[in-house]
This record gives sequence, structure tokens and C-alpha cells, in this order.
Amino acid sequence: MSFAQLIGDWHALAVLFVAGVVPNQIWRMLGLWFGGGIDEGSELLVWVRAVATAILAGVIAQIVVEPPGALASVPDALRYGAVGAGLVVFLLTRRSIFAGVVAGEVFMLAGKWWLG
Amino acid sequence: MHASPAALFLDASRRIARYAGTIPQPAKTPVALPPLDSPQWQSPWRAFAWGLRSITQTILTLVLFATYLGIGALAHDTHFSLLWALCSTLFVWAGPAQIILITTLGSGATVIQSAIAVTVSAVRLFPMVVSVLPLMRTPTTKRRELFFAAHLTAVTLWVECHRFLPQVPRERRIAFVNGLGFGLVSVCLTANTIGYFLAANLTQTLGAAILLLTPLSFLFSTARNSREVADVVALVLGILLYPLAAKMNSGLDILVSGLAAGTIAYGVHWWREVRA
Repeated sequence: MSFAQLIGDWHALAVLFVAGVVPNQIWRMLGLWFGGGIDEGSELLVWVRAVATAILAGVIAQIVVEPPGALASVPDALRYGAVGAGLVVFLLTRRSIFAGVVAGEVFMLAGKWWLG
Repeated sequence: MHASPAALFLDASRRIARYAGTIPQPAKTPVALPPLDSPQWQSPWRAFAWGLRSITQTILTLVLFATYLGIGALAHDTHFSLLWALCSTLFVWAGPAQIILITTLGSGATVIQSAIAVTVSAVRLFPMVVSVLPLMRTPTTKRRELFFAAHLTAVTLWVECHRFLPQVPRERRIAFVNGLGFGLVSVCLTANTIGYFLAANLTQTLGAAILLLTPLSFLFSTARNSREVADVVALVLGILLYPLAAKMNSGLDILVSGLAAGTIAYGVHWWREVRA
């Protein structure tokens, strides 16, 4: 890997600023400036939070359904199985994030090893 | 109770506590900090150091490490540079937004489409900042003194503030939070770098295992933070509707499924409120 690859190009960094940094800082700075006068529990924000959660859920689904890079080498059934196994363990361990993640990973690695 | 729907929509003094999703749990284990009247708190730098040291007091540091390991690997496999990944962690400092950004840009969305998806996902930061800053404000605090605390606010810091700050003297809380945030950002930058190089050098299977960390940790941490029916419905429907929305091939799949699933979830919430 070359030094240039680690730095990348300025265009990508500009995109990061426009599509990543500004959209996040806007909300934080609004919170800092107008924080005192806003009802943080209003119905509008309940809806906004539901949409934000659903967008994140969509991204989780996208990574599993249309996997990037090396994850694409794992067969569909094994990826879905790993998420399912992790979810079962997560629920059985009274919502332990750690146990769920480990179970999903072990399922995927064991499946890969078993498939050869 | 039966106010007009519009008034009901904007008024919610009754449910302030439920807002930001992750309702902070009272600490089960005692936090190892000096007593409030200890001379340890006299210097702001000491308070910063105590904040920094507090990252070892929480399991969430480990979850963050795994998540950012995954983000580093994801950035590598979607052809972003290491500098880009580190800048996104430093300046965006919101895992979900970073994942959305990398995934949408990596799958060919335009800058505008990604920016819209990230903006919507980031709205949740607003109520977090609104609820966390009063914990560190004193009558003489100037707004600019809270700038870094506002920037560092994301779900992990938000949860930890509610846990740690009651044990920190009010006039040292900003320094403490800056230390805590600095520590968490450092952990994540390290994880990004390790994840990036692991993805570049590991076998395909282990590379896949690191990429799988991201969906798993986000799925479970979001599920863990879902205390309300609306949150659970939004999470489950958001996952189920995505493949349908993807079939439409609009380039806005994530937004379409997110808006639909989120609005249905809000409808469920609203219906339960009305019935109650």
C-alpha cells in the first residue's frame, strides 16, 4: 500500500465534508445554540427518531444483503444465518451486545470452515 | 389530554425522558472516581485525566472499538483512503452516519443523496446535545466552552455522561467530558487504523469477519437502545423494507425504506398514545 493510497484524493475529502461533516455538525451546533428553548421530547422528534432508526436499519440490511468487499465471499445463507444466530444469542443473554456479536462471528467463521 | 393533534404533535413535556432512545440506565457497578470534595478535582487537567481514564470503566469502549475496527475495514473495502476514514471519525464522530456515508457513496449514490440520508440520520444528535449540555453548564459557563462537548456528543458519550457526571463536581464536568471524549476518539482512531490494515492484509475469511462486525454491533446496540415500541417497529421494518426498496432501484433506497418504515413506526406509536 503506497503513501498516496493512504492519503487519497482531495475530492473524496471534500465529499466527506459536504455529505458527512456538515450534516452532523449542523444538528450539534443547533443543539448548542438553541438547546435551552426546545422541547426535546416532542412528537416531531419521536417521528424523526423513528425515521433515523429505520435508515440505520436499512443500512444494516444493505451491508448484509449486498455485501461490500471480502464479505461478498461469504454465501448468502451463511451471512443471514450469522445475523440470525447472533440475534438469538443476543436475546437469550438479555441483550448482551458482546455475546450477540461473538455468536454471529463464530457462526460465520464456523460455517466458512465447514464449507471449506 | 385530548388536545388537537397538532398541539399533541409539538407538545411533549410528558415524555421528555423517553426521547433519545437510549434511556440511560443507572450505574449497576460503582464508578471508580474520587469523592466530590476530593482535592483531586481542584485542577481541570486532573479532571480531564479522570475523564480519560474513565474509558476503561465501560464495556461500551469495547463495543466502540469493534465497531470502528469494522468501519476501518469497510472504508478499505469500499476504496476510501485511511486518511479519509480517520477524518470521518474525527470530524463526523457518529458511527451510524459514517456507515451510511461509506455504504451509500460506495454503492454509487450521489453526494446529494448521501448528504440527505446522513442529515436525516444525524437529527438524533440534536436532542442528545440538548439533553446533555445542561448537565455541565454552570451559571457562568460561556457557550464556546461547550463547543467540544457538543462536538463529542454521540450515543456513547451521551450514555456515559448520565452515568459518570453525577460523581463529578459541576465546575469540572466540561474538562471531564473533554477527557472522556478525547479518550473515546483516540480508541476509535486506533481501531480504524487497525481495521484498515487488517482488511488490506488478512485472508478473505478474516476480512469478511471484520466487515461483519459493523452490521452485528449496530443491529444489537440499536436493538438494545430500543425501549419504545416505535423504536422496535422502526428497526424491524427498516430491515425488512430495505430489500423491497432496493428493487425499485431509485438510488434513494435507504431513504425510501427509512421514511416508510419510520413513518409506519411513528403511526404505531401515535395509535398507542391515542388509545391509551
